[in-house]
Amino acid sequence: MFGDYSIGDLGSIFVMQGFAGLILFSVYVLMALGLAIIFGQMGVINMAHGEFMILGAYVTWMTSNLFQAYMPSLFGGYFFLAMILAFIASGALGMLVEWVLIRHLYKRPLDTLLATWGLSLMLQQAYRSVFGAREVGVELPQWMLGSLHVTDSIEVPINGVFVMGLTVLITVSVAYVLYLSRWGRQVRAVVQNRIMAGAVGINTEKVDRYTFGLGCGIAGVAGSAFTMIGSTGPTSGQLYIVDTFLVVVFGGAASLLGTIASAFSISQTQSTLEFFMSGSMAKVLTLLAVVGILMLRPQGLFALKVRK
Amino acid sequence: MIINSRFFNRSELTGFIVLAAVLFVILPLSLDVFRLNLVAKYLTYAFVALGLVLCWGYGGILSLGQGVFFGLGGYCMAMFLKLEASSVENTKIQSTPGIPDFMDWNQITSLPLFWQPFHSLTFTILAIILVPGLFALIIGTAMFKRRVGGTYFAIITQAVAAILTILIVGQQGYTGGINGMTDLRTLKGWDIRPDHAKVILYFVEVVLLFACIGIAQFIRLTKLGRILVAMREQEDRVRFSGYSVANFKIFAFCMAAIFAAIGGAMFALNVGFMSPSFVGIVPSIEMVIYTAVGGRTSIFGAIWGAILVNFAKTSLSESFPQLWLFGLGALFIAVVLAFPNGLSGLWADYVQPRIDRLFASRKAKAGWTDNSVADGAPAE
Repeated sequence: MFGDYSIGDLGSIFVMQGFAGLILFSVYVLMALGLAIIFGQMGVINMAHGEFMILGAYVTWMTSNLFQAYMPSLFGGYFFLAMILAFIASGALGMLVEWVLIRHLYKRPLDTLLATWGLSLMLQQAYRSVFGAREVGVELPQWMLGSLHVTDSIEVPINGVFVMGLTVLITVSVAYVLYLSRWGRQVRAVVQNRIMAGAVGINTEKVDRYTFGLGCGIAGVAGSAFTMIGSTGPTSGQLYIVDTFLVVVFGGAASLLGTIASAFSISQTQSTLEFFMSGSMAKVLTLLAVVGILMLRPQGLFALKVRK
Repeated sequence: MIINSRFFNRSELTGFIVLAAVLFVILPLSLDVFRLNLVAKYLTYAFVALGLVLCWGYGGILSLGQGVFFGLGGYCMAMFLKLEASSVENTKIQSTPGIPDFMDWNQITSLPLFWQPFHSLTFTILAIILVPGLFALIIGTAMFKRRVGGTYFAIITQAVAAILTILIVGQQGYTGGINGMTDLRTLKGWDIRPDHAKVILYFVEVVLLFACIGIAQFIRLTKLGRILVAMREQEDRVRFSGYSVANFKIFAFCMAAIFAAIGGAMFALNVGFMSPSFVGIVPSIEMVIYTAVGGRTSIFGAIWGAILVNFAKTSLSESFPQLWLFGLGALFIAVVLAFPNGLSGLWADYVQPRIDRLFASRKAKAGWTDNSVADGAPAE
């Protein structure tokens, strides 16, 4: 399959497809970060994670419409406000869901899967009733359109670079919060030993609620980034949920570094293969490789060594 | 205990008789052929639910990829039927007569090699059992021998369902793509489309379902069934007692796969087409949910779950298309939160004790002194 291209062409193809994969990588990382916190840290399988992402995408869409209608002069900066709003909306919904639903199910992790699946059906229908079944697209501000010309054959899309930078920023802040802040220490303490954490005075219920909220909020930000690569519909989130779970499992649940590495390898493999074959076969091959590796190494790429 | 030495205990016998009466007598007499055919479609999911009772309810292995096996069984059957429907006379307007229409549309000029054996009905029937069985054996061996279980297994089976769907949709020329295999006509020259054929197929399906119930009940009662339950409750202790946990898990998973495949094959026969929309992640999770609603540890409960949820889905989406997703979602949440044992749990907790008490008081009046009757009733 490589035979028809010269070395130089191949280099350009890999670089171009690599950058094309960057946005996919960013959405994967942001989705998977939220999921890794919820699944890796709390053991909850959140099948409604895609719907939290789509909520963020809808919030972004509404914000952009609002800016277009009332503040066209500030349209260039709408994305920053939209991201914050998306985080707040998804995070708030996540905390509500934790309070109503998830906290009753911590002892039955497989059942969270069924309950959150029910939740995702209800959210999808809610989006359909509120926003309509038709997919909506967001208009990008002028400065994000176009691309940077690196060489004659390599072009880098600006919005890709922007989303990429955003992802790095969010990942670094999540890592900071989880590993260096006082609250992050509490989260990890609750994960490692809930009873002892409670005994030393950590409010475990509160920690759970905020952790779930944080995971969902990050999904909302992922939704904001998602508006740049696809149009938003009530069921768009469902398409990403399995990929995201694979990213988390492949990386080794509970390992942030593993999540990033696996998101990167999966999105880049898929994006590069897409150039050489049809999109569906690229996806099949990527998923097959991931499942195959997981069968050989069930603990994922970066497994934490824990005593049980 | 004397009760367990019998094939069915009393409440199971009641369940068996009620189900047999409803499926064999009441539904065929009271429904028109169209509705009966719908019930036949629901019952194909009952096979899957039955398999999930064994594998999830008893073995504790949650598989989110039952749609894969349902689809494999269905596609095997559909390939045979499609080949028969694409005889040279039927397809003479095509540029290559004698191959299925979708291949012709995709510029394939000869029948692919893996389609060839599906000219034979014997091979097809064997394939319906063996292909999903072997596939489950491979996945199960790879996963359980390495002690992958629980949520990881669920996610990987889900990924397998995603892969198979994408593959079927992507390889249009070989599989019929997103439309699936449509226009299935005859089985060995016998037309499966007219009303009387639908009725016969319905009864064939119900008989098969009862055969599968018998197998499941048999597995449940033997030592195997008890080891499955022990494994679900305390996997390590079973392993320390010297049993090979992985082999029992693989067995349960393969049985579930074969049941699902039989359901899929009956689906292709009864509904007359097969498409990837019955293979993917969404249908696979729905199959789990039928089982959860009916009661994951109850054979009859799961079958009722499959019938009732599908019935509710059809009637709600007919009359309130806006509301049915809300209703379905709320039902799942309610079942998981409030009734983890589903309908059969409700039955065992609220209805059965009353029936027992009724019988007990009657027998007491008649002067009988049979202590075992009050078994299961709350102490008064």
